[in-house]
Amino acid sequence: MERSKSLLVHGGRVIDPASGIDEPVDVLLGNGRVVAVNPNRQLAADADETFNAKGLIVAPGLIDIHVHLREPGQAYKETIATGTAAAGAGGFTSVCAMPNTNPVNDSAETTKWMQSPQRGAVVNVFPIAAATIGSKGGELTDYRALRKAGAVAVTDDGKPILEDAIMLQALKSAARAGFPVIQHAENSRVTAGASMNYGPTSFRLGLRGMPTSAESGIVERDIQLAKKTKAHVHVAHLSTAAALDAVRKGRKAGARVTCEVTPHHFTLVDENVGEYDTNYKMNPPLRNAVDRDAMIAGLEDGLIDCIATDHAPHARHEKEVEFDHAAFGIMGLETALALAITVLHVERGMELKRIVQLMTTNPAKVLGLRGRGSLAKGSHADVTIFDPKAKWTYEVKKTKSKSRNTPFDGCKFFGRVVATIVGGKFVYQGE
Amino acid sequence: MSARPAAGSLLGIEPLEMKDIDRILLSARRMAAKRPRPLLTGKRVALLFYENSTRTRVSFEYAAKTLGATVTVISATTSSAEKGESLIDTGYTIMALGANAIVIRHPSSGAPVLLAQHVNVPVINAGDGMHEHPSQALLDAFTMLQHKKKLKGLRVALIGDIFHSRVARSDVLLLSKAGAKVVLCGPPELVPDVATTLAPNVTITRDLREALEDTDVIIALRIQKERLEGLQLKLDDYIARYQISSARVRWAKKDVIVMHPGPIIRGLELTADVADSERTVILEQVKNGVAIRMAILARAMGVQ
Repeated sequence: MERSKSLLVHGGRVIDPASGIDEPVDVLLGNGRVVAVNPNRQLAADADETFNAKGLIVAPGLIDIHVHLREPGQAYKETIATGTAAAGAGGFTSVCAMPNTNPVNDSAETTKWMQSPQRGAVVNVFPIAAATIGSKGGELTDYRALRKAGAVAVTDDGKPILEDAIMLQALKSAARAGFPVIQHAENSRVTAGASMNYGPTSFRLGLRGMPTSAESGIVERDIQLAKKTKAHVHVAHLSTAAALDAVRKGRKAGARVTCEVTPHHFTLVDENVGEYDTNYKMNPPLRNAVDRDAMIAGLEDGLIDCIATDHAPHARHEKEVEFDHAAFGIMGLETALALAITVLHVERGMELKRIVQLMTTNPAKVLGLRGRGSLAKGSHADVTIFDPKAKWTYEVKKTKSKSRNTPFDGCKFFGRVVATIVGGKFVYQGE
Repeated sequence: MSARPAAGSLLGIEPLEMKDIDRILLSARRMAAKRPRPLLTGKRVALLFYENSTRTRVSFEYAAKTLGATVTVISATTSSAEKGESLIDTGYTIMALGANAIVIRHPSSGAPVLLAQHVNVPVINAGDGMHEHPSQALLDAFTMLQHKKKLKGLRVALIGDIFHSRVARSDVLLLSKAGAKVVLCGPPELVPDVATTLAPNVTITRDLREALEDTDVIIALRIQKERLEGLQLKLDDYIARYQISSARVRWAKKDVIVMHPGPIIRGLELTADVADSERTVILEQVKNGVAIRMAILARAMGVQ
């Protein structure tokens, strides 16, 4: 096999929370791995290529554990090729693909199909398989077979695993298979027909609302079950202060519970829906300012494990319709890092180290992605280089995604991806 | 997309200023429902109805015809909407056919806003989901002003299903803008606490007597039986606590008027004797609907 070229990233500030590094050092990549951090002169001089990262942050490649790549079956919204291209542009070197495809990814066969080189992925794709057959909330899928085929977790995302007995079974089986159950926490018995958060805005617009208790109730139930089974439950796109409180209490009581928050839930509120703008319609919905601030506090104090985008591309004809008929979800891969830097670092003073941890170290840990989320010697050569001070404007017309459904078109941000390296190779370089 | 609504559009009471409201009410006073006023000769008005309606549709139809316009009624059951055409495409089609204004009734809240962002003719909201029903609120205000000197300072009680009611939202918004005191009354399932956030000067009471005492205007709202069942409210309990009866009307001011947007269900939200009493102005409301809608259509075409 041909030996791949080695690459020296020099002059940058390396932030690698997993190794406790936050200092200006060089990183040498070779053969798809991290050869050395702070390599000796000889080693550095031998590098085939160099990249000058002066003034930039050099971090482990960002990992997004919640994306919808829409393949198989919904290539009109996104493909694995276009979705991962958008991921690369957003600084992500690994993405975990949700199973609500068509057909639902509930088999080893589909799980493998998604990872085939023929899909044209430019970043690492880790499928998350369905927890129940067809994600119908009934019979469990074959967790061992899915794990063997490369699935890193199970979920029925888009829908909750509602029945207590089924969730209990899912947790037990997942614990045996050695991966978590990811829960879309929504008591859909009380949210039928609702298209946004319940509150003054939903009342004003005459839209049915989802109460925050519809989320926290399921989270509370799941934590009880996780405690009982000693299994790992991961709460997807957590959005309410009440659910976060349940996570806090659950952890204290010894339950194995982790959670993620999306950039839009720590940035926007339900009022932003304005006059029925469907680019602000997603599930869970944007909540009020109290919940939004609780998300920021949870990111600051470490209660929230990671930032995940819930990148949910939709075609124009699915969004340019009556609000209650519009598809739930917005894109997120290309704006996540910039939102984290702008909202959490620039506006709130959060250390960059913490942001890097929320987007690399922790997501790798939550899903057990070995050799990812760190720049320790021997890790995969996945690196994200960004300029935290760069000011730029997001223009969705330049997106690498197939879709355009974002509320952030035209937004001015701090923090821009300069280069994304996957397995030692550049997959994206900024202008 | 996301162009501004064409001038003359009426998407709701919320975006209106009080002077816009006053102007429409003044204009309606000059419109007599039975006398032809050929202000809109040669204009085409499309009534796009995705939901059943009798009084609103007929009222807009008479209003447009009295003004000399050509009127077409398009109902969702007979149009290509049934075949799956999107609202925006239907809007483009109606525009291409030469409509000068579109009056829309739709079960989805916000549908008129969406339509108005895509067509360049005025869009008039004839009721959208649980959101707004601005022409009803305007005719309610018009009717109140035939019996009361001014809206400012009036105490108006809305009784019943506020949550599901677009009429309630539009009435509350208009009355609040006009400086009236609005009292909402009903069980929490139908009158949630969040309703007070809609506008200033809105309060809630669960006690009908408290709501009616010292009140100038009572607006009873229709109760849909199936909704009560869905909320596990008992019909008998509702009637016992909230039905408007002659005895209860006496709790209000002597010169109180009783209103209802219709259709009424006798024996449910109000008793038959209240429905027929001289304090009740339900048919005046219906009659005033034509004049108000004439004013709204004339405003839409810029000829008021």
